[in-house]
Amino acid sequence: MATDATEIRGLGHSVKRVEDDRFIRGRGNYVEDVNLPNMLWMSILRSPLAHAKVNGIDTSRAQAVPGVVAVVTGELMAQHNLAWMPTLSGDTQAVLATDKVRFQGQEVAAVIAEDRYVAKDALELIDVDYEPLPPITDPFRAMADGAALIRDEKEGQADNHIFHWETGDRAAWEKAAAEADRVIDLDTFYPRCHPSPLETCGIVADVNPATGKATLWMTSQAPHAIRTVFALVTGLPEHKIRIISPDIGGGFGNKVPVYPGYVVATAASLLLGRPVKWIEDRYENLISTGYARDFHMTGKLAVKDGKMTGLYAKVVGDHGAFYADAQPSKFKVGLFHIVAGSYDIPAAFVEADGYYTNKAPGGVAYRCSFRVTEASYLIERLVQNAAYELGVDPSEFRMDNFVKKDQFPYHSVLGWEYDSGDYEGAMNLALEKVNYAQLRKDQEEARAQGRLLGIGLASFTEVVGAGPSKDYDILGLKMFDSAELRLHPTGKAVLKLGVKSQGQGHETTFAQIVAEELGLQPEDVEVQEGDTDHTPYGLGTYASRSTPTAGAATAIVARKLREKGTRIAAHLLEVAPEDVEFEKGRFFVRGAPDKAKTIQDVAFASYTNFPEGDEPGLEGMCYYDPPNMTFPFGTYAVVVEVDPDTGVWKVNKMVAVDDCGVRINPMIVEGQIHGGLTEGYGIAAMELITFDEDGNCIGSNFMDYLLPTAWETPRFELGETVTPSPHHPIGAKGVGESATVGSPAAYVNAVIDALWHLGVRNIDMPLTSAKVWEAIQQAQSGAPA
Amino acid sequence: MLPASFQYQRPSTLDEALALLAEHGEDGKVLAGGQSLIPLMKLRFAAPEHLVDINRIPGLDGLSEEDGVLRIGALVRNATLERSDLLKSRYPVMAAAAPMISDPIVRNLGTVAGSLVHADPAGDWGSVMLALGASVVLRSSRGEREVPMGEFLVDTFTTSTEPDEILTEVRVPAPAPGSGGTYLKLERKVGDFATVAVGVQLTLANGTIGRAGIALTAVGSKNIEAEEAEGYLSGAEPTEEAFAEAARLAAQASDPQSDVRGSADYKRHVVEVFTKRGLATAYEMAGGGS
Amino acid sequence: MEITVTVNGVERTADVEPRLLLAHVIRDSFGLTGTHVGCDTTSCGACTVLLDGVPVKSCTMFGVQADGREVTTVEGLAAGGALDPIQDGFKQEHGLQCGFCTPGMMLVTKALLAGNPDPTEDEIRWAISGNVCRCTGYMNIVKAVQWAARNMAESRTAEPAAASTS
Repeated sequence: MATDATEIRGLGHSVKRVEDDRFIRGRGNYVEDVNLPNMLWMSILRSPLAHAKVNGIDTSRAQAVPGVVAVVTGELMAQHNLAWMPTLSGDTQAVLATDKVRFQGQEVAAVIAEDRYVAKDALELIDVDYEPLPPITDPFRAMADGAALIRDEKEGQADNHIFHWETGDRAAWEKAAAEADRVIDLDTFYPRCHPSPLETCGIVADVNPATGKATLWMTSQAPHAIRTVFALVTGLPEHKIRIISPDIGGGFGNKVPVYPGYVVATAASLLLGRPVKWIEDRYENLISTGYARDFHMTGKLAVKDGKMTGLYAKVVGDHGAFYADAQPSKFKVGLFHIVAGSYDIPAAFVEADGYYTNKAPGGVAYRCSFRVTEASYLIERLVQNAAYELGVDPSEFRMDNFVKKDQFPYHSVLGWEYDSGDYEGAMNLALEKVNYAQLRKDQEEARAQGRLLGIGLASFTEVVGAGPSKDYDILGLKMFDSAELRLHPTGKAVLKLGVKSQGQGHETTFAQIVAEELGLQPEDVEVQEGDTDHTPYGLGTYASRSTPTAGAATAIVARKLREKGTRIAAHLLEVAPEDVEFEKGRFFVRGAPDKAKTIQDVAFASYTNFPEGDEPGLEGMCYYDPPNMTFPFGTYAVVVEVDPDTGVWKVNKMVAVDDCGVRINPMIVEGQIHGGLTEGYGIAAMELITFDEDGNCIGSNFMDYLLPTAWETPRFELGETVTPSPHHPIGAKGVGESATVGSPAAYVNAVIDALWHLGVRNIDMPLTSAKVWEAIQQAQSGAPA
Repeated sequence: MLPASFQYQRPSTLDEALALLAEHGEDGKVLAGGQSLIPLMKLRFAAPEHLVDINRIPGLDGLSEEDGVLRIGALVRNATLERSDLLKSRYPVMAAAAPMISDPIVRNLGTVAGSLVHADPAGDWGSVMLALGASVVLRSSRGEREVPMGEFLVDTFTTSTEPDEILTEVRVPAPAPGSGGTYLKLERKVGDFATVAVGVQLTLANGTIGRAGIALTAVGSKNIEAEEAEGYLSGAEPTEEAFAEAARLAAQASDPQSDVRGSADYKRHVVEVFTKRGLATAYEMAGGGS
Repeated sequence: MEITVTVNGVERTADVEPRLLLAHVIRDSFGLTGTHVGCDTTSCGACTVLLDGVPVKSCTMFGVQADGREVTTVEGLAAGGALDPIQDGFKQEHGLQCGFCTPGMMLVTKALLAGNPDPTEDEIRWAISGNVCRCTGYMNIVKAVQWAARNMAESRTAEPAAASTS
């Protein structure tokens, strides 16, 4: 009979999310919701000083509090070789302080108690004898002669310099600069900010004394990799560690590292034989967990005859007290060397130096795509300023220098092979949607009236999907990912992944990939992630990698099952496999479409009537080593008005055109972009972690670390172009971080655009009204901005 | 962080509450909205041994205008003030300030009385009440006294409230006909404290300025009444130049600190800008120029 | 101190220290973990519940203050198994991603629509300005509220004229 006309809701469908059903009922299962019998609560005592010797810790008063079961110090941890642990960047980090504290908020001791309130009470009764040392609050002080040595415990560490890294061709850059018409330069600081997911980090550690098995419910974006790290650090056998990342209330890179609290809670559970729960306060999250950015950057652009001929970028990185950036081991500043961005630049050189300071460790976080946020910000600000200096419209200057559509795959001089792109397409669409030509006229008129309108552009190229085993590993673990798929007799399926959603909707989107490949409906596919005992090994979800890696693995494993299904269908239909075709869940005989078996028939048959010589069942697995990264891109356009009397600026319009290749679920892609544009706005306008002269952290609570509400946040208009990735099985690229990568420069460029004619050249983020006003005053008074 | 332990009492009459405060003295604290107190207790910046919850005491939530005085009871919530048509029509400084207090959820519990007793120099109500020439009623088991706002606000987080007193009512003199006012607040986001805020109240008399109230938020060790600016305007012609001069004087009266919100120069400048804008708005509302 | 709180229509009792925050009474004493704690400074609104129908931040109230009063948490939205249109709206319009802010957002929405059944976008954004979301950028939360408002209006107009809605 006629083909069933039911649409399979695979790729391109805005399928409503299956995970919503539990969240809207308040039935999510976050780590703090996990309660076990006999469970204890842990709280952490943190250093009030940024830099000090620890001459002694007296825990006797704390131990005497009724309900306190134990007080753990660095000394106790040291007895089990756990006072220090390795970081994801090959350094070591203190778990609990032994000799010194090296940043305000550093972990000093932990109280384990029957009740979470008692655990807090006892903290005040721990007496620590600190001997203050001079705090170092920026990398320039860190590199100065005579600066205090922060990592004096580290063998061979004579100063506060961590690394020097460079790539590109210095001689080629110098030649381009020498031969250029102009070299435009920009010094800019991308300040320390914080991913600040709404759920803080935490763990319920249950080391079962009877079985020796450690079950750790943990806020972790990478449970498998972290399990391996735990095995190496604690000495617990890897098969006796189970990490369960349940529902996670936002990650944004904050939940990738191993935090001291996780280690102490696990050790405490092991020693006490009871589950131990630690859930951070917000203050702990902001002051001690993985911050983002903190890069002082210099960019220089050589231009000849209107063309970009050379690019130089220098980074002075502030890495806090321990070098704990979560990035592939080969790269010291992540993927910063994407800094040539969307432009065809024939010569480029990048050098970077990292320094220790008396601040929390981290650096690679907050939807940065491994430092692409920093690189993209630098190039887009530099290009915008260069356009003004050259007297060229910023959109035209970009267009003239874009990598052209016919140049893809594009080999950049900084070592990348950009898989696909159509930068002009995205730019044209953005300019059209924002009505750019009219806006420039409006701006002229407004200026005549003394009003300050500004239009800011940013055309970013992202690089995601870490990554090919040739270049990418974290602590040696290659950055493949995995998918395991089984069809049940009644035609439903279970898909297990090595990645871990923190809100990105994997339970829906990955089911859609299976739907597309096998013709099941997505609701017939259950997606499981996060439990290391029950999912294949993967490197987790961050840096927009899930779709490029596990998404590819899912498509490939589904295709393996389709191939086997073809043989089963042929067996059922009594034809040769070569005569069977497949479309939307039906295997049919070529030329006789009514002779067909459904995927459900085939699934059942794989258990009940399978071909001789074939293995029963319909299950497969794929570990996917990506051949290349994927390169999403876009152009963002922001329109602002600045109040010259107060420096207050408002976004009047914001257009975001994104290209992430094939979109699995357009609704979810748009949601990711909305979220990233908002975080980008927060970073551009208000988010800041800073330090006073004494190393006190300002920005360790939400009264100081400001998150935009629905009232301040601009409204966004989205557009799309679709340029598939040629090497990805479904043509998809990642998208989670595009908006945080691309938008900060767009917002800042808009404000600078409004003020350029007054003499303002740069304002570092966050662009508070005070800083904007000051910049106007300085420019008007003739002082350099 | 979580609060330290305390004894909790929930009296059902005002006299009971006052007796408890008399008994506990410095060790006791009133719990009304709690939206300033509880955050402090969670950080352990405050650790009162006795909390006297007055939320169930009847008769403390009145909001009415009688005999030329607006009476605001101790338990009147900020949200009530935000919604009040009485305020929108007759007390525009208050109507402009109310929506700016913290955020909409906190406004459901927070009270104007509690805010005044808390006396944060970045608190909005202190400036509003200074600009309006308001006073507060402080009651104890010893009796009752009315204290003008200027005298009530002593210093940072310090008022003239005795430990055994409860602020039971705020009294705002009803503005005469030909009045207008507004409150301008520069905040970095909803829920932030002011970077700078200015409350302005003007009453015209025969075409000149009768009374001017100008008060400043977050630019001193307490809410500041810009008395010199007020004095300058009193009896003056309501011209743009006069407003500009008053704004200059108001800025001079401020004593801001440089911090992450901005430099002292910036804040002083915004005081001037907001005072000027506020006076123009108040003047127009008062029927000036028509 | 022993307290009795009507939670989602059911009377519950607990014996709690006065200092126990309402959020912890709800989560730990009453076992309702849909109410979340996201910060220390009353800033984020993740802990929002309805107290006698009015949104409050349950991290900035003591449980003992709710004695004798009615509290509505996210678990109380779906009456008898049927989703509240607000919950449906959040799903239909992708108004949530990680789900952590969602209970608070939905309860504030409930209070908003009870007093203002057809809010403008500005009014919606103003009403939820005490609730922080890091994932959605608020665009789809606004749409979710609008979806709920439309659907609640439709079901009201579909009701027989004689029905009382008090």
